[in-house]
Amino acid sequence: MRIEIAGENALILYFSEQVSEASSDQIQAMTQALDVKVGKGIIDLVPSYASLLIVYDDYRYDYYAMKQLIQQTALKIGQNEREIDSLLTRPIVTLPVYYGPEASPDLDALAQHAQLSKEDVIAIHQAGLYQVYAIGFAPGFAFLGEVDARISMPRKTTPRQAVPKGAVAIADRQTAVYPSISPGGWNLIGLCPVLMFDPEKTPCMPVETGDKVKFEAISKADFIGMGGVL
Amino acid sequence: MSSSTKRTSQTSTSQTSTSQAAATTPPQQNSLIITNPGVLALVQDQGRMGQHRIGLTVGGPMDPYAFCWANRLCSNVDNSSVIEISIGGFVAEFSQSTQIALTGAYADSKINGNPIPMWQTLSVLAGDVLKVGFASEGCRIYLAVQGGLLVKPQFGSSATVVREAIGGLDGRALTKGAVIALPPWQKQPNLMMPLTHQPNYQDKKPLRVVLGYQEASFSSVDKAHFFSSDYTVSNLMDRMGYRLTGPECRSTMSNMLSEGICHGAIQLPPDGQPIVLLNDRQTIGGYPKMGAMMARDTARLAQMTQGKTLSFEAVTIEQAHAINVLVKHKEDRIKLIHIDKKVQD
Repeated sequence: MRIEIAGENALILYFSEQVSEASSDQIQAMTQALDVKVGKGIIDLVPSYASLLIVYDDYRYDYYAMKQLIQQTALKIGQNEREIDSLLTRPIVTLPVYYGPEASPDLDALAQHAQLSKEDVIAIHQAGLYQVYAIGFAPGFAFLGEVDARISMPRKTTPRQAVPKGAVAIADRQTAVYPSISPGGWNLIGLCPVLMFDPEKTPCMPVETGDKVKFEAISKADFIGMGGVL
Repeated sequence: MSSSTKRTSQTSTSQTSTSQAAATTPPQQNSLIITNPGVLALVQDQGRMGQHRIGLTVGGPMDPYAFCWANRLCSNVDNSSVIEISIGGFVAEFSQSTQIALTGAYADSKINGNPIPMWQTLSVLAGDVLKVGFASEGCRIYLAVQGGLLVKPQFGSSATVVREAIGGLDGRALTKGAVIALPPWQKQPNLMMPLTHQPNYQDKKPLRVVLGYQEASFSSVDKAHFFSSDYTVSNLMDRMGYRLTGPECRSTMSNMLSEGICHGAIQLPPDGQPIVLLNDRQTIGGYPKMGAMMARDTARLAQMTQGKTLSFEAVTIEQAHAINVLVKHKEDRIKLIHIDKKVQD
């Protein structure tokens, strides 16, 4: 773990240079351990692919005190690996997806790009067990990885003005469900009827950083039945 | 669609009730009615903290200094909700008597057509109309009302982030006819900010940057240019960030993983033109960063408009900490002038 300065009251911890499950587990363990201090000296935490940003109240902790707290926490985590295991055991969240033609405007292009049939693309997308590496871009937008290299595809050169709410998409080796209508350049291959962000609900998201996610194909009737809109 | 219809009907009820006077039940008596929001008017408190993990940004006042003193002039607690008016052109009517304060960028403003000063407590009577002109120096104006605006918090804050449709009234900027509830007026002393503490938005002092993130990935030549050249505020400047133009500065890193972005982070995309990320920034991003501007100086940056020039100064984290502690100490000692007393004398 490398500790770097981000700003006057922010430090960023780098756990590795590459995305890996091991470093993701370390990030989750650190995030969980520091979470109790949010509102009590730590203002906010932003876990991401290989890093954790810590924003703190610089009237309560100076840079050295915060660095010390982080190092002590890292040490404690290292000594209690069993505790980490229990912290990291999370249920797998299954998200239903309707992959039908009305819901998947870029499936043809992706299948062509991958030189596979549409059925194969859908099967490969469903076969993956994805990790929530980061949440950002928009409220409830979860970056899931890693997508099987066979169905990876770069972002569209011209982003769409309005990607529909619930759109299931692929960009490079990442996949995601758009929580609301927004501009976006990812390739759309289906629609998920589950709300990814509901400010009226607690918790307001079905997943959090560190969770595992599976996609499961559903029929058009099920999609409509679950509240999906085409 | 349905919510906007609802709001329009609410407004018309409130206008009817004002004209029918107090004889009938007064449903909307304590309110501020927006006659014209101007360029951009947003409800803001200090901002939304601790919600980055679900992707919510901070929001809050672009100039926290002017925000904070607007509330103090109204004897409000520091996190009270106010209106942040960008550029100007804002008109509103008070349905009750209360006290208000305007701080921030200088704009010719009037109550019922009479010019009013900024940076001091002002009394308004029921039916008074406040007109905020267009900012001539700076661009963010803060309107605080005694007791704070009554806006239901979302995720612990009333701060409006339009991009997220969170906070404020229905997650949107204030619109014509919007009605904001006010608490009953509790008379407070009339105060004034000493002239020496009213900011000068023409200040040319360099904006201080704590080196950090990928700073080591910039060549010493590029870094030297960055910290010794003037940059200009481009037309791409909003609450998310300010894009600047000037000498190009490029990182030697070709690709990096997306990571958390702190307030004031200075991002340098492949075109080499800096973007200073502000209150409504995305919480994660994947461009190399030089470090982050101190919040005291993003407050000054946020008052700059297109075409203004600025420069950067590198500071260490120890210097930044010392500056923050000293300035806070100084600010804690600012004594507002009691205007009532002065009049009696």
